[in-house]
Amino acid sequence: MGVEQKLGNMGVVTTTLETVVNWSRTNAMWPMLFGLACCAIEMMAAQAADYDMSRFGMELMRASPRQSDLMIVAGRVSKKMGPVLRRLYDQMPEPKWVIAMGDCASCGGVFNNYAIYQGVDEVVPVDVFVAGCPPRPEALIHGVLTLHEKVKVDTFKDFGEKYK
Amino acid sequence: MDKRLEPIVKDVQEKFSATFDEFRDEVHLMVAAEQIVDVLTLLRDEYKFELLSSLTASDYWPQETPRFHVVYQLSSIEKNICLQVRVPVNGTSPKVPTVIGVYKVANWRERELLDMFGIEFDGHPDPRRILMPEGTEGHPLRKDFPLGYEEPQFTFNFEEIGLTKPSPKE
Amino acid sequence: MAQIEEVNVEQFKHLVSERALTGETMLLNMGPQHPSTHGVLRLLLELDGEIVVNCIPDIGYLHTGIEKNMESKTYQKAEVMTDRLDYMNTMGNNLSYVMAVEKLVDLDVPARAQALRVILVELQRIASHLVLIGTWGLDLAAMSMFLYCFREREQILDIFELVSGQRMMTTYIRPGGVWRDVPVEFEKAVRDFLKTFPKRVDEYEKLLTKNPLFVDRMVDIGYLTKETALSYGVTGPNLRASGVNWDLRKARPYMGYEQYDFDVPVLHEGDTYARYLVRIEEFRQSLRIIEQALNKLPMGPVRSENRKFVPPPRSEIGVSMESLIHHFKLWTEGFPAPKNSIYSAVESPRGELGMYLEGDGGPKPHRIHLRTPSFDNLSVLPEIVKGHLVADLVAILASIDIVLGDIDR
Repeated sequence: MGVEQKLGNMGVVTTTLETVVNWSRTNAMWPMLFGLACCAIEMMAAQAADYDMSRFGMELMRASPRQSDLMIVAGRVSKKMGPVLRRLYDQMPEPKWVIAMGDCASCGGVFNNYAIYQGVDEVVPVDVFVAGCPPRPEALIHGVLTLHEKVKVDTFKDFGEKYK
Repeated sequence: MDKRLEPIVKDVQEKFSATFDEFRDEVHLMVAAEQIVDVLTLLRDEYKFELLSSLTASDYWPQETPRFHVVYQLSSIEKNICLQVRVPVNGTSPKVPTVIGVYKVANWRERELLDMFGIEFDGHPDPRRILMPEGTEGHPLRKDFPLGYEEPQFTFNFEEIGLTKPSPKE
Repeated sequence: MAQIEEVNVEQFKHLVSERALTGETMLLNMGPQHPSTHGVLRLLLELDGEIVVNCIPDIGYLHTGIEKNMESKTYQKAEVMTDRLDYMNTMGNNLSYVMAVEKLVDLDVPARAQALRVILVELQRIASHLVLIGTWGLDLAAMSMFLYCFREREQILDIFELVSGQRMMTTYIRPGGVWRDVPVEFEKAVRDFLKTFPKRVDEYEKLLTKNPLFVDRMVDIGYLTKETALSYGVTGPNLRASGVNWDLRKARPYMGYEQYDFDVPVLHEGDTYARYLVRIEEFRQSLRIIEQALNKLPMGPVRSENRKFVPPPRSEIGVSMESLIHHFKLWTEGFPAPKNSIYSAVESPRGELGMYLEGDGGPKPHRIHLRTPSFDNLSVLPEIVKGHLVADLVAILASIDIVLGDIDR
């Protein structure tokens, strides 16, 4: 506010470092190309022409966890898949976020039985839950935007506490 | 019964002393476990049942004799007929001879039955679990295996369930 | 939580060649998280340089316990599980299950419901093949195919949403008919699709069928003989590309398929390219079926009048005591089924989707086994990839058209 008004139109903007970092994080969030079940098809639909998630800087699905910072758990997680999912999460570099897409990933959905984790939050920490079986692509996009809101208010202090 | 099936059922009955019953135009042949390889070989070679459509089992717990039925569903592409062969087996750890030599598709299907029902197949080249992780206890599709129902977490029991619900480390 | 164990050659001693034990060949892990395994399939590859010597599929990463869960629900409620089984073919799964239940309790379906079922299942077949062709293109680096195919798929999903309110998990086909009659806009929506889609198929063919980059990766790759295919229980387009004319819609017609005039595409090459061509031709045949079914669509009820199995419409409940009782009984208790077993199968986009259903005299199934086509189709993979390059494995795997939900159940 202050400096720009005093100096006039010199192409200078002042802001906090936190805002810039969070802004850049939200607008180039690379999800991991990782489909489990039915929701993966809707995730693909969200990437495709009709819904086009690249409007939000997410066109690049990375197949390697090392290159991605958002994990969309799209589908049910079985007892056999749980350890694999955890390993993939551990391989992602910080900062990283997780969206549990769909009912199965959020709470087990209709599958309340011996084979399925009742919510992926038993395996990895989840930031945003998206409801629906499967959620429409719009719902997924809404979930992503909700995550953006969350990331935008992140502070360095919290961040430092979290990854001490 | 379908006219084309009559001679086949009769032949199998004579050769293997099998019994049969009918339901909704389907024929279910009952065959002893030791004879299953011979029966399927006969049906495949003589009567052109090229396709083993399905191989599954059914658990009749707490009944012990027979505890399981192993069900072979056969299809003939040439004659367009189908036939079900059932093998009753007793006890909690039954053994059935493998039919991989007759139909190769039985390889994975028998592994699935081993995994899900604990039915062992004699002579199977690769007897590992196929769907459940290695080291799982029990066989999920048996009737004495619990469904594994977990109480859902709602607002009224949020804390109660939260105490026992596993949570990951960051 | 269990830990992941390192891959040990000793563990797979009986499945790999002796050269792997001496270290001459390499054991490589592909999946469960891999962009071209179409889900959470894990393949252990024994490689000699870039040549696949052995391939050991490891499945079960999506094992959902659907069969066990269905056994704990009544016949009506178990149906929602079938949607999530093979998520590319939700209508077809519903149809397969519902036909099994109808056969078990001996229930008739009105003609209009049958025709509606045919239209929707054929639309679903097109949608499923669209996803396949799109992701197949993606695997072989043709990005634009994915975008085009999903554009048309959205059109089909809009029709599903119109009739059932859901895009994917519709549960629209119910025992004794369908959930409700289709809205008036349905016919126009389907006709619009019928008008635009043939041109789109030509467009796909222009992009892929003669494209040398695509053809070179497909011709003479992954040869599957007729005998191998039958012995491994391979069904559907994969079997028809190997020269066996076996389509359950023709062989054992159900839902009035005998009234419609359509051809079953059969090719004798048996390679990956033939499997592609069969599916492209199936687009056109499905369109023919839909058009005929839509032209002949009879008027009348869409649900059976047998109140012992089919709940009465909402309007009847307010005025008829008997309807109220039926409604209450059906949704609290369910209907009993005889103590016997049946097997019924339909032709899904991937092959023979069968249901082995066994009743125990009560309202819940004693045993339900889902004979899923992808399971058997995948089991032939180790046989046909031997001697090919790793890059060809991707094309072959795509051509088999697996859906992991279908395999692991």
